[in-house]
Amino acid sequence: MPSSRRSPLAGQWLGGVVPLLAVGLVLWGRRHGFGPTEYLQFLVDGLQAGAIYTLVALGFVVVHRVTGIINFAQGAFVMLGPMVTITIYGRDWPLPPAARLLLAAAVAVGLTAVVGVAVYRLAVHPARGASLLTKIMITVGVYVALQGMALLLWGPRSYVLPAFSTLQMADRTFALGDVLFKVQSLWIWATTGVAVALLTLFFERTMLGKAMRACAADRLAARLVGVRVDAMAAVAFALAAVLGAVAGIVVGPLTRPTYDMGLEIGLKGFVAAVMGGLVSFQGAVVGALLLGVLETLWAGVTLAGFRDLFAFVVLILLLLVRPHGFAGGEEGEGS
Amino acid sequence: MKRLSSSTRAFLLAAALMVAIGWLEGARPGGLSLPRLTAGLVTLDLLIRAGVFTIILVGLNLLMGYAGQVSLGQAAFYGMGAFFSAILTVKTRNVGIPPALAGAWWWPWLVMGLGAVMVGGLAYLIGWVILRLRGHYLAMATLGLGIAVFIVLRENLGLPRLDLTGGFDGVVGIPRLRVGAYPLWPVHRYFLLVWAVALATVALGLNIVDSRLGRALRAIHHSQLAAETLGVDAPRYKAQIFATSAALASLAGSLYAHFQAAVVPATFGFVPSLELVLMSAVGGMASIWGAPLGALAVLLLEELLRTRLRLILPGTGGELEAVAFGLLLILVLLFWPRGLAGRVSGPLRRPTPARGAG
Repeated sequence: MPSSRRSPLAGQWLGGVVPLLAVGLVLWGRRHGFGPTEYLQFLVDGLQAGAIYTLVALGFVVVHRVTGIINFAQGAFVMLGPMVTITIYGRDWPLPPAARLLLAAAVAVGLTAVVGVAVYRLAVHPARGASLLTKIMITVGVYVALQGMALLLWGPRSYVLPAFSTLQMADRTFALGDVLFKVQSLWIWATTGVAVALLTLFFERTMLGKAMRACAADRLAARLVGVRVDAMAAVAFALAAVLGAVAGIVVGPLTRPTYDMGLEIGLKGFVAAVMGGLVSFQGAVVGALLLGVLETLWAGVTLAGFRDLFAFVVLILLLLVRPHGFAGGEEGEGS
Repeated sequence: MKRLSSSTRAFLLAAALMVAIGWLEGARPGGLSLPRLTAGLVTLDLLIRAGVFTIILVGLNLLMGYAGQVSLGQAAFYGMGAFFSAILTVKTRNVGIPPALAGAWWWPWLVMGLGAVMVGGLAYLIGWVILRLRGHYLAMATLGLGIAVFIVLRENLGLPRLDLTGGFDGVVGIPRLRVGAYPLWPVHRYFLLVWAVALATVALGLNIVDSRLGRALRAIHHSQLAAETLGVDAPRYKAQIFATSAALASLAGSLYAHFQAAVVPATFGFVPSLELVLMSAVGGMASIWGAPLGALAVLLLEELLRTRLRLILPGTGGELEAVAFGLLLILVLLFWPRGLAGRVSGPLRRPTPARGAG
């Protein structure tokens, strides 16, 4: 949370590992004859991916701080956002397309929030006394069930969400120097910026936000002063669902949403959150942007198909250095 | 005569049952067959897959139920074994194996053994690293491992020119196994082979549980710190059991490859890993007999969903399976944490209660 006194980058080591990785990848890229233009392009594309990972990572952080668990179903929220949006947008309501898209997105976000609360009430809350292993597998089960329902509803094909500016499949691009920008990227950066600002305001200025921070600091003490911890946990799941759905919707025009898009984006959001220490909002933002940039660089210098490997490589590297996690009082025994 | 232990009796019973089914299917006395006796529900195909999964689940149960180390990527090792066998028996020219060698009857067996040893060795190294993680971190790391291996298989190991894994389409034309000139086919012979291996794995698992390693694993599950203060070399034991489970999964993968004669990466992705966890939970994680029980129960349920539910809800197919997997996993964990084996026997320990989540 904003008031966290922990360093936004989890420890000193990240200052060592990350530049080393970056330099290594840049040197590797020279074999392909990449020049400054290519690297700038990677940077821009990476920051766009990173903005998406930011939203997903924040969802992990919110739930983890308030409830102490990692919600493996986070990726499913990311998938539900664009899928519901596309379905509603496809109806021929008598509205101008832009309004229809906005309405569809709003409904999708709201619906995903409801799903988030339902996930908490129906699956996570009943298991509050169970072992950590059980809790992990329950949220994994939730993910699989949601993905399966998506497959049932939407089938295995990929869908198209129109770009926000053109309301068509094709998006406008513009160039600054030799670097190409997609207009959708601006939407992504703006959305992420607004979301982070709103989230900060929520936790700093509102009573509800402060109550949630109290839960994060000490659940028992929060309960003692009258905070309804269960309700706060439900709000955390709703918030995480909203963040996930928004991430999925703004990235939708660039990725062709499918029912199973949540798995890899969820893993990357988690890695970003871990890079940021799993408890810190600024940390998650920095971690996500770093991950996005490094991953794009990696995809550029190796095979494009290997893009999704990178998050895993980073995860292992990170966890190697900090095998017990970063959050200090992490769940000790892995039973 | 000395009384046999309940485990030994169960073991002999299972072996006798399998031999009887093998004989029934091979001889077909009076036109009787397994599908006819079970209204089409149980087929040799299903039982062979159950046997293959049993081999993996024994390892997974040792890892999750006894040692308390979660693995959400076990299908990765299953896939490695399957592709190791597939590549070294089909794509022999791409890797430069002389035809005389590749044509020998013992070659696939050698590859199978080699694959298990190599995958086990690799898992030992990986395990040494990632089993230092606990709880959520370990779950994510194994999930990531599963995805990573899937991607590497899908992307032709990053060596598109050699075309070893065949990308999305996988490898076809994997030869059937034989011993000398005696082919382990038609299918009832293969069934007997798979279940012989599966029951041998169960015996291995039962022995590990009662060994020094098994006791060490349970101690680690209970509290790694306490175990270590008593002199248990936790990292080594955890890596050992991780390697064992991986080698078993690899063996199962090889057997599966020679059964299906074709392998595709999608068989070894994320959902299959979860299917394994579900089977483990349904059968009872902290139990070796939970392995065959869980595999059989989940496969039967899958078959029921596929054949019977389609009559009620027309137009649905495999989609429903995934929903059912997820929901079933949640329900079993919430209401039935000890699984089927917990019903049959009983004396296994309850899951350790942990601190509440809020």
